[in-house]
Amino acid sequence: MGLKQNLHSFKEKNKDKKWLPAFSAIHTFLFLPNETTHNGTHIKAADDLKRTMNTVIMAMVPCLIFGMFNAGYQHYLAFGEIQQATGGFLSAQFWTLDNFAVGFWKVIPLVIVSYVVGLAIEILFAIKNNHEVEEGYLVTGMLVPLIVPIDTPLWMLAVAVVFGVVIGKEVFGGTGMNILNPALTIRAFLFFAYPTWMSGDKVWVAGAVERDQMIAAGQNVDAISGETILGSLAQGKSVGYDVMDMFYGLIPGSVGETSTLLILLGALFLIFTKIGSWRIMLSSVVGALVMGLIFNGLVSADVISEGSKFYGLMSTEFWHHLLIGGFAFGTVFMATDPVTASQTNKGKWIYGFLIGFLSIMIRVFNPAYPEGVMLAILLMNVFAPTIDHYVVQGNVKKRMKRVKAKVA
Amino acid sequence: MGLISKKDAKLITDPLADNNPITIQVLGICSALAITAELKASIVMAVSVLFVLGIGNVVISLMRNIIPSKIRIIVQLVVVAALVIIVDQVLKAYAYELSKTLSVFVGLIITNCIIMGRFEAFALANKPWQSFLDGIGNAAGYGLILIIVGFFRELLGSGTLLGFKVLGDPIEKTGLYALGYENNGFMLLSPMALIVVGIIIWIQRSRNKALIED
Repeated sequence: MGLKQNLHSFKEKNKDKKWLPAFSAIHTFLFLPNETTHNGTHIKAADDLKRTMNTVIMAMVPCLIFGMFNAGYQHYLAFGEIQQATGGFLSAQFWTLDNFAVGFWKVIPLVIVSYVVGLAIEILFAIKNNHEVEEGYLVTGMLVPLIVPIDTPLWMLAVAVVFGVVIGKEVFGGTGMNILNPALTIRAFLFFAYPTWMSGDKVWVAGAVERDQMIAAGQNVDAISGETILGSLAQGKSVGYDVMDMFYGLIPGSVGETSTLLILLGALFLIFTKIGSWRIMLSSVVGALVMGLIFNGLVSADVISEGSKFYGLMSTEFWHHLLIGGFAFGTVFMATDPVTASQTNKGKWIYGFLIGFLSIMIRVFNPAYPEGVMLAILLMNVFAPTIDHYVVQGNVKKRMKRVKAKVA
Repeated sequence: MGLISKKDAKLITDPLADNNPITIQVLGICSALAITAELKASIVMAVSVLFVLGIGNVVISLMRNIIPSKIRIIVQLVVVAALVIIVDQVLKAYAYELSKTLSVFVGLIITNCIIMGRFEAFALANKPWQSFLDGIGNAAGYGLILIIVGFFRELLGSGTLLGFKVLGDPIEKTGLYALGYENNGFMLLSPMALIVVGIIIWIQRSRNKALIED
């Protein structure tokens, strides 16, 4: 008997044990299950839930790797140990082992905490409610480290994950039943609970907070700051990055959200494998552009003067909004979450458009924090079922009319 | 039991748990969300409601046979309003700072659904003594939840209890704060109060399955 068979018979033997869901979760992650469905209707498809999730994770891996390099790059840049990379995306100053090492030791703990805490809760609930562990956390667990600032304390992340998984998902009945995207629920919790760790100019560069503590302790070192582009714009400061830097992602920001290029790559991969909805992504981009154009129009029509506190963000060229902040990442990886998005095709257009539209609007008007993608997606998550309802009702009405016309 | 018969005792104990006005009847939520950021405010609110509901129930019960049923809501409102004004004046006289924290919510005790609910559902149809016990019981059930919510919100949100720094000083970095602990600002916002109440409801119903309604 091979290992596979051994594991299977082990499972058979312990059928009634309480902890079995914990075992099968790991078992089915590594091997295909040995059993097939025996009765009832079932759909034949190559992609089961786990395959779908793995595809999304694969689409995110480039962002993760890039995020590690970028974390190190921003760290050394802020400490003045290297020069700004000039060679574009493939710049030799960027892809160095030093950069990767710094980023790796910063990012991997975030990934581990996210997965260990999240899966522990999933397994706990599975055992308690006597069902199999669902794979829902696989994607969430990877999303979470990518959308938090690099210097987020691990215990805070753990608290937020507990909150997000329990309140955001398990209370609604687990994977597939949640109203809100769990990863964004986790980020929203961090954002409201520990605002000083989620905004400002310290948390985006590894080591900046530590420097501040050293200064507070009386050591003679320079403070460093790494303001995000949105942060600078909101304060009306000039931005020292050119458009290609923004596109490539050589800018401060949450771990995995900076590189629009790699997110675009992930988006194409998701669309190609038919896992992510291109309707949502496209309409969301259109929505953002429309809102950006409206703001640009207001500026050029002199409705907003240079002294206004919104001037910086409103006068940003409309298409730059796609490249900065978390817009691209949120649109591609979180707005398209099939559980929380609209289900109907027409609904997806409306849902996506409003996400883009509101993202830029909140980004400009939010007084506390110059970013709106998270809040826009969460808001639209809540409205997604309503949108679907009206789309379906509209369809029913249309067809009823047709029936009546035929009868008459 | 002497003073209180077994049946009467249930009037007090029922609303504390299995018929709690907040977690089971889901009444009086607004004030539970608004003023529970501090334990002290929760306690004062709980005591105020205890006073208003206890006395109010007795007064309504005494008048139950002479109130014309067409105008009974107005009569009830007058009774609550009179009692609330007393509470408000006492707070302003002896605890001015606190009355500022509670602001309109003392006045809004008038509209607290629990109070009108008990007048309508109980005091109008029962004798003064039972009405008094019912009022005390329901107000205590309400206050209990307020105090539980207030306890967790103040402890986790500000790191204090009744103003005492039980977790250490966040600015001097002593106690827990020396380890890198930080207060959870979300706890001070009303949405978190709703979630805390939700968690209490969840725990209560998973311990007593009979309470789960479809």
